[in-house]
Amino acid sequence: MVADTMQSIAPRFKWSSVFLSYPALLTLIVIVAVWEGAIRFFHVPDYIAPAPSVVALELVRQLPNLAVNVVPTLLEALGGFAIGNLSAVLIAVAMVRSPFVEKCFYPIAVFIQSVPMLAIAPILVLLFGTGYTPKVTVAALICFFPTLVNMVRGLKAINPQAFELMRVLSASNSEIFFKLRLPSSLPFLFAALKVTAPSAMIGAIVGEWIGSRYGLGAMILEATYNFRAPMLYATIFVATSIAMALFGIVGLVERRIIRWRVGDVY
Amino acid sequence: MGANAVNGAASAVAFAAPAVTMRDISVDFTRDRNTIRVLKDIDVAIPTEAFIAMLGPSGCGKSTLLRVVSDLVRPAKGSVSVFGKSAVEARRNREIGFVFQDATLLPWRTVIDNVRLPLEIKEGASRIAGSYSPEEMLALVGLDGRHNAYPHELSGGMRQRVAIARALICRPRLLLMDEPFGALDELTRDKMNEELLRIWRETRTTILFVTHSIAEATYLGQQVMVMAANPGRIRETVPIDFGDDRSPAVRDTPQFLAYTARLRRLLEAH
Ligand SMILES: Nc1ncnc2c1ncn2[C@@H]1O[C@H](COP(=O)(O)OP(=O)(O)O)[C@@H](O)[C@H]1O
Ligand SMILES: [Mg+2]
Repeated sequence: MVADTMQSIAPRFKWSSVFLSYPALLTLIVIVAVWEGAIRFFHVPDYIAPAPSVVALELVRQLPNLAVNVVPTLLEALGGFAIGNLSAVLIAVAMVRSPFVEKCFYPIAVFIQSVPMLAIAPILVLLFGTGYTPKVTVAALICFFPTLVNMVRGLKAINPQAFELMRVLSASNSEIFFKLRLPSSLPFLFAALKVTAPSAMIGAIVGEWIGSRYGLGAMILEATYNFRAPMLYATIFVATSIAMALFGIVGLVERRIIRWRVGDVY
Repeated sequence: MGANAVNGAASAVAFAAPAVTMRDISVDFTRDRNTIRVLKDIDVAIPTEAFIAMLGPSGCGKSTLLRVVSDLVRPAKGSVSVFGKSAVEARRNREIGFVFQDATLLPWRTVIDNVRLPLEIKEGASRIAGSYSPEEMLALVGLDGRHNAYPHELSGGMRQRVAIARALICRPRLLLMDEPFGALDELTRDKMNEELLRIWRETRTTILFVTHSIAEATYLGQQVMVMAANPGRIRETVPIDFGDDRSPAVRDTPQFLAYTARLRRLLEAH
């Protein structure tokens, strides 16, 4: 009797409720199962396409190696993220405050956006050598443009009535900027930060492909040249997880700062 | 033709210097290379401490008229004076408060920080005759206890209360209201009308209130200025006189209905 009541009161873990709240989890499990089944059924060799279980084993085996190589890649990504976004925000602010600056910078920004990063990375290696600098630069360049465009839009997207309110109050341009434009732009900024956080990882890895003996990018190349597909997959898994984690962290910060719904008029 | 507002119900205050005087105001807007005359030959004097309602079809230039008074729009011709000064000067002295159709609260600020906003703006801050505290203002508009709420946590009526508190915090002598209760449901709107009359009596602020609701204009205004469109002009100014009775029950009297019928005829006339 007592055991019965205990059981009915204590919250029991139910798979069905987990799947109901995260249906994608079910999709994922099905995909992994089909993948595992297909590889075993068709006897696909590991060096062409490894089964998920093999990748998981390799992941555990390579953990120390991965841990060592994650650090430089993460540092490059974070550095590029910070530098790219910060410069984009500052230039966006300058552009919104002065149409002349906008005319000077915008075409160049579009040009930078159009340059393929894989093509520019070797140039950066020639310029900056094989240290952190070229990788951070690639990551920064990738982050720069989306944030610039969003930030310019955000700084301009003020509620016209709020602008009139500030004018009735005789607010100066800098008061209008700090009390109205900047806060209004935050949702746009965070949208850009969420896009660029995973992009910064891509930038760092692409940078490492061109010339590096360390980092996840170097591990990917090494695995590819040596036909070590399980290691390749494990490395990609780690890189993806980190990109997702960065995205999640930006999302958490966003939720703490932005309590209002964008587009609503209060 | 009745365009001069100094008559009728406001005669008690008509001899004080007018709060707003507009002489021969015309406003043009240019759109697609066409110049449209939005307001034509507006001649108005608003007595100090009066409550004037402005009634007109949408697009007739009511908002534009308020913008001229608050120096947001420069007239093509004519002159405006607010308490004997230019509109620019009155704006810089914070003598004008403005309440928009949307409360226009800054969504990242709490209620009390929204009310405090005008005090944070440097220009004119030294010239304010003496401001209220944000707490006093929130008490005046009946929002005690919601100081730290965010705008998205408030109802539409509460948001307009915050907007009114913000508009009055610098003790402006003139309050311009542009369809402030237009987005509210009828019950809330009636309640807000009563509260606004109370606030008007307590603060003795001159109020220029734009609405397209005939009943609202009749209930609130000591005079109702009826506007016509194309070009925007003042058709007639109707004094409203219920004696001292502005209790909500006045809305059900035959006298009230007679006023609304007359205003409706004026609005519908071409
Ligand atoms: N900034 C502007 N530029 C061009 N036309 C405008 C502008 N503001 C208002 N108008 C026009 O002026 C007329 C009057 O507008 P408004 O004063 O907002 O009318 P109301 O408040 O009575 O509805 C409308 O026809 C509107 O389209
Ligand atoms: Mg209007």
